[in-house]
Amino acid sequence: MSAKPFLKIDHVDKIFPLGGGKEYVALRDVQLDIRQNEIVSIIGHSGCGKSTILNLIAGLDSITNGTILLEDKHILAPGPERAVVFQNHSLLPWLSAYQNIEMAVKKVLGEELSNSEIRDHVMKYIQMVNLDHAKDKYPGEISGGMKQRVGIARALSIQPKVLLMDEPFGALDSLTRANLQDHLMRIQMQTGNTVIIITHDVDEAVLLSDRVIMMTNGPEATIGEILEVNLPRPRNRLELQHNPEYLRCREAIIEFLYSKFAKEDE
Amino acid sequence: MVSKYVNPVLLPLLLLGVIIALWSYIAVLIPGFPTPGEVWSELLVVLSDPIYDNGAGDQGIALQLGNSLARVFGGFALAIAVGVPAGLLIGMSKNAYAAMNPYIQILKPVSPLAWLPLALFVFKEVNTTAIFVIFVTSIWPIIINTALGVRSVSEDYLNVAKVLQLSPFERVFQIILPVAVPFIFTGMRLSLGIAWLVIVAAEMLTGGVGIGFWIWDEYNNLNYSHIIIGIILIGVIGYILDALMGLIADFFDYRKRGRV
Ligand SMILES: Nc1ncnc2c1ncn2[C@@H]1O[C@H](COP(=O)(O)OP(=O)(O)O)[C@@H](O)[C@H]1O
Ligand SMILES: [Mg+2]
Repeated sequence: MSAKPFLKIDHVDKIFPLGGGKEYVALRDVQLDIRQNEIVSIIGHSGCGKSTILNLIAGLDSITNGTILLEDKHILAPGPERAVVFQNHSLLPWLSAYQNIEMAVKKVLGEELSNSEIRDHVMKYIQMVNLDHAKDKYPGEISGGMKQRVGIARALSIQPKVLLMDEPFGALDSLTRANLQDHLMRIQMQTGNTVIIITHDVDEAVLLSDRVIMMTNGPEATIGEILEVNLPRPRNRLELQHNPEYLRCREAIIEFLYSKFAKEDE
Repeated sequence: MVSKYVNPVLLPLLLLGVIIALWSYIAVLIPGFPTPGEVWSELLVVLSDPIYDNGAGDQGIALQLGNSLARVFGGFALAIAVGVPAGLLIGMSKNAYAAMNPYIQILKPVSPLAWLPLALFVFKEVNTTAIFVIFVTSIWPIIINTALGVRSVSEDYLNVAKVLQLSPFERVFQIILPVAVPFIFTGMRLSLGIAWLVIVAAEMLTGGVGIGFWIWDEYNNLNYSHIIIGIILIGVIGYILDALMGLIADFFDYRKRGRV
């Protein structure tokens, strides 16, 4: 790739002050270039610093050393061009599914769009996640999988440059999770979004990603290996079952997580 | 085995029989203590002409209660106007919390009646004094519960606000207030309950018109039936105020509208 990286994480350290003069070095010298339209997953044992990296990209936490650049612009604060899908959906419970998305659209695109255009725009993203029938339901009235679909629709509706997802399907049962993975792959093919997704599920990482970023354990966690997944899209989980490339990737990740960087207390 | 069947009409009526029996016995023991029958017939008299006005010191029961309620709502409204913004500030800013918390903790346990002589000295007028005392009564639960509501806004919602780059104004109205409003109403409900307790004592001290003074006045007139009538009416109105506040609070609580 000769093109400039879309998102550049450059020699980033993250040190948390712990009080009493102590500190915890969560990340040390993380370097990663991400291309436009790429789906990258970050995998690693719990506590290794996956969420920390995502929060730094989102701008929700401050970088201790180094820089993160999105299209050559420094990331210093949160912004709608880097939408986040949180693990626990974080929908506002006093707004319906429709209103949750509408609120985001009004804030980010409200000045460019007329009222009827806002309506159409919100409906487009509700339809994208197949939730027409539940659009007027409140978060408390729909299942975990549906909530997460609303969360994804809300994140995509503000047309971010990068979609950041922190274990978005971690709290869901495996059938719902498979269903949402398929939704995500289909939507990403339509929209061409750049997606960074954190996971601790090996199959999810291989299925979804163009590249899998494997992290070493903390403290001073960093990127251990980067795995290219050379599988054509659209991908079908049934056909992949016995695909040699799929199995190779799976083995490489399992080798990394459970042999090279095994964690005893898990 | 605990029986599941509860009769909400018969059981209180049975207990009422016991209370009336005990009360009648006390009326026999203490000469001059009004019997239930006397209080009942007096109650009908008092309620039959509730809004007569023969000048200061001789007004119908509805006017007495109305004056007390007006003072309570005056002080209560002032406390909301000051307490909700103060609570929002304390909840949102650690510095504001650090600055104000010691004073809140020290002033909160002071009986509102302790302020009464000072207020009387400053305002030199009973009505304003009573309103001020109710203000001091009501403000602490409102401040504390508002701040609690603000602090119970989950980090996730605030992160949503950050990613969307909401302005501070939008953050308050779109994220913080929807979460905090049920807490604010809890504080208001507590405040109103205490304010209704305090107004009776305050009016006994200040005199003039009002249910508290009316009861004190009837004591001086040796009209003990009216004291008991006053107690019953204060209780009934306090109950109605609390129930109304509960209904309003539920109306503004998104969690109570089938949207858990
Ligand atoms: N605010 C913080 N203060 C101190 N330590 C933190 C803070 N946030 C995270 N950490 C530590 O940094 C490490 C990485 O955390 P995190 O990124 O949440 O891990 P992961 O998402 O991979 O499970 C953990 O050891 C965690 O305890
Ligand atoms: Mg995490």
